Amino acid sequence: MKNQFDRGLKQTVDWKLVVCYLLLVLIGCINIYASVQSGEPASIFDLTSRSGKQFLWFGFSLVAAVLILFVISPRLWEVFSSPAYFVVLILLVAVIFLSKETKGSHSWFEFGPVKFQPAEISKITTSLMLAAYMSHPNFKITNQRNFFVMSLIVGIPMLVIVAESETGSALVYLGFLFALYREGLTGWLLFIIGMAIFLFVLTLITGPWISVAVLSGIVISLLIFYLRKYRRVRRFKRDVWRNAVIGLMVGTAFVFCTQFAFNNVLKDYQRARIEVLLGLREDPSGAGYNVHQSLIAIGSGGLTGKGFLQGTQTAYGFVPEQSTDFIFCTIGEEWGFVGCLAVILIYALLILWIIQDADQSREAFTRIYGYCLASCLFMHLFINIGMTIGLMPVIGIPLPFMSYGGSSLLAFTTMLFIFIALNRQEKKYF
Amino acid sequence: MKIDRKNKLLIGLGLTVVILVVRLLFIQIFDDKYKRSAENNSMVFNDVFPPRGIIYDRYGNVLVGNKICYDVMVRPRDVREFDTLALAGLLGVSEDFIRERMTYYRTYRTSIGFQERTFVKRVSADVCARFSEQEYKYPGFRMQMRSVREYPFNAGGNLLGYISEVNADDISRHPEYKSGDYIGKTGLEAAREEELRGQKGYHIFLRDSRNRVQDSYMEGKYDVDAVPGHNIVTTIDAPLQQYGQKLMEGKKGSLIAIEPSTGEILTMVSSPGIDVDVLADIGTYYAEISKDENKPMFNRTVMASYPPGSVFKLVNGLVGLQEEVLQPGYMYPCFEGFYYSKGHKLGCHSHPSPLALKDAIASSCNSYFCYVFRNILENEKYGNIQEAFDVWRDYVLSFGFGHKLGSDFPSELGGNIPESGYYDRIYGKGSWRFPTIVSLSIGQGEIGVTPLQIANLAAIMANRGYYYIPHLVKDSEGVTIDEKYHQKQYTKVDTCHFATAVEGMYMAVNGGGSAGSTALRAAVPGLDICGKTGTAQNPHGKDNSVFICFAPKDNPRIAVAAYIENAGFGATWACPIASLLVEKYLTGSIREVRKPVEDRIMETRLIQ
Repeated sequence: MKNQFDRGLKQTVDWKLVVCYLLLVLIGCINIYASVQSGEPASIFDLTSRSGKQFLWFGFSLVAAVLILFVISPRLWEVFSSPAYFVVLILLVAVIFLSKETKGSHSWFEFGPVKFQPAEISKITTSLMLAAYMSHPNFKITNQRNFFVMSLIVGIPMLVIVAESETGSALVYLGFLFALYREGLTGWLLFIIGMAIFLFVLTLITGPWISVAVLSGIVISLLIFYLRKYRRVRRFKRDVWRNAVIGLMVGTAFVFCTQFAFNNVLKDYQRARIEVLLGLREDPSGAGYNVHQSLIAIGSGGLTGKGFLQGTQTAYGFVPEQSTDFIFCTIGEEWGFVGCLAVILIYALLILWIIQDADQSREAFTRIYGYCLASCLFMHLFINIGMTIGLMPVIGIPLPFMSYGGSSLLAFTTMLFIFIALNRQEKKYF
Repeated sequence: MKIDRKNKLLIGLGLTVVILVVRLLFIQIFDDKYKRSAENNSMVFNDVFPPRGIIYDRYGNVLVGNKICYDVMVRPRDVREFDTLALAGLLGVSEDFIRERMTYYRTYRTSIGFQERTFVKRVSADVCARFSEQEYKYPGFRMQMRSVREYPFNAGGNLLGYISEVNADDISRHPEYKSGDYIGKTGLEAAREEELRGQKGYHIFLRDSRNRVQDSYMEGKYDVDAVPGHNIVTTIDAPLQQYGQKLMEGKKGSLIAIEPSTGEILTMVSSPGIDVDVLADIGTYYAEISKDENKPMFNRTVMASYPPGSVFKLVNGLVGLQEEVLQPGYMYPCFEGFYYSKGHKLGCHSHPSPLALKDAIASSCNSYFCYVFRNILENEKYGNIQEAFDVWRDYVLSFGFGHKLGSDFPSELGGNIPESGYYDRIYGKGSWRFPTIVSLSIGQGEIGVTPLQIANLAAIMANRGYYYIPHLVKDSEGVTIDEKYHQKQYTKVDTCHFATAVEGMYMAVNGGGSAGSTALRAAVPGLDICGKTGTAQNPHGKDNSVFICFAPKDNPRIAVAAYIENAGFGATWACPIASLLVEKYLTGSIREVRKPVEDRIMETRLIQ
């Protein structure tokens, strides 16, 4: 044990990541304090206030981080990945039947004052399971059986979470596609998903015929491009034609199903949020209220913001979910563009360094886990900030490390430090 | 750097960051929309109303002041169960009233929402104090202080005008006003709105998303205090105005007194007028007033246009003298009238004949001024009658007739003196002669003048040839009146010609019965009143009774015009009214011998 504490701590732990982490959590606490401050300002550490509670959770998280870094053997993560995955899967299902409804969803376990969401932990276990499965020497992504199992590992928890009515959290699982892409998944899958989102939005805004026209244009351009590219290979040429026809047919069907799906599959509030985002509906006091107020708060911050505790929009409760999902508003209003830029850059650097560490790793498990972590963070970051500035529909997921909420902070801390621990262990040997 | 999958993902990350940052750049820096929305969202600008300026009379009596009154406000949403009987007792209203209001609020609760409504208007300070002690028992109710106009002196209703809340029309014309602001609508309140209103201030408060006021913004750093309106000192002599109003009670017409040496208006009565009690609460009485057939809101002194009648003979006589077609010694005969064409006579009353100018003025001989006017129009100096007429018109205009005098009173009208072209159009060019327009000789016919212009004529006579534009506002701190009010306005008739006319006016009052004097009733020993009566034909009923005068003869201190509609001879009504006003002003009281006259005037009601 002593050896582990003394030797090479400086070299083995990626302190860049730790520093980013600490900065984000501290910025989070400060802004949580600012966003619920009203009337008599209490101390930022007051345990009855949200910022105080967040500091408490920060303490727990640090304890967890130390345990993960120095006590728990990193090997255990790989070993226990499948039992953990299945236990969490059971929890995910159980919570549907055992929990009280909170804001329309069944996803929270309550133990006295502590509430936690299995979906938060599920990201970790899914990442670990995925990394464990895919790092197996015999794993080949092109193998159909392997591909099928891999899909199930990601897909099952995702579907269960959708069943919990936590669509936002489920969307994060789409981020695993980035990790899979790195591991050799065909880029077409990303392209098709991107196209689907694009066509969905286009159809809602302009109607099906224009969408079909755009779709045809894209398919024809791709067809011409690949026919030229493979002009010498007859076998490929046939495939190109086949794929183009299938793409066009499926795409057209998708376009015509969009309207139906939009009106019949999505829930009312989801439809309203998407309509508000796309400007199809003006509803600043209803479905658009959150985003409208959020834009006002961020927009009024200007270049340098109004200053700490000087925000009028955030402190007086104009933005709902101020300290949780909309914490970025407080940053935007009180610290302005400069503050927003700083926070986004810290996140970007964090993700960048995680990817670099992961990529340099000689162990597939560490690499895949690292990419999963980076993808999750990225999805949270983009969806959450995108939502506050009106680029994404309102999807209730937290901003990692910053949003108020103990289980979320603890889960993200655990997830990050597992990676740091894995990375460290590897560096100790090489 | 090779484009492997890792780098593609990193490029994607970079692009996403760029998208987020660019979007932030737009909403935070390039677009001002959100900053304004934030202000609307969270800042409450509470207006602080400045006290409106006070209006004083020339001696410093307050004509219009401000008074604090209290309104009981209620926010129906916050009201909890309360003791209806106790509240009714406290506010001095009936229980039924409270029940009825509460039912009303209940019915319209959705449209009222969080708003506050006025529950009872204008309760006394006493009630306010008692209510404040018990306020805690009635959540949702509160007292709101409000400043209203107060009129300690019952003088000059029409003159002062009223204020009321701005309507949509006012706001479109004066965008600086906001709904709920008060604006002067008529009279001095309107004319001096700029000075009186002062500047509104505001206090900024922050409110939360439930519209609850939280705190003063930046500890009041950006609050703006209200600037009180300027006080206005008027030229009005409040006791005299009050006395004038009493004299005019029950009569329809105008009574105006001017200080000739300055043009300051001492008294300006339009009767019937608006009582100041009505002014203070115009909203309640408005419908009633606007229906009154005597039009109390119509300010006759500056807006009514009448034929001046015989007082106009003074002008014609003076023009004749200046044009050298008349000499004071010229005598003309009167055959109880003037034959201006075969078989057509303009009648006159019986008096000695022939008369010279002075006596003709004193006894108001119609024939004499027909000769004078004929001489003016048939003057050989001018090629034709049109030219002569327009010369005459220029003289008349220089007396302040036929155009707005330019007084500082709003809605002043100019009356009418026709041009020769007017007759050309009616009769054809060259086909009208002196006989056609003979009635102008004696101030009848196609001319219209306002009572203010007639009073100005009295001032011109008093000054022997010039006037100051009559005005109501004096220079005072913060208020400067136009330079034009300090400038002498000369008529085109030389001062030397006035002596005879003034002598005639003196004789008209003080000549004694044997001289045929027309205004004997105006005579007050020792005051040397000079006057001229007039009886103007009124197509709508009895003749209008007109009288102008000034006193004393030398160094006159007051010039008065009285114009009483449908009252009969000038000598009967206008003459005693004007002379009583002069006496009151000059001596401060009415002497014993004149008391019966005063009583008769005050008791007479010519209209209902």
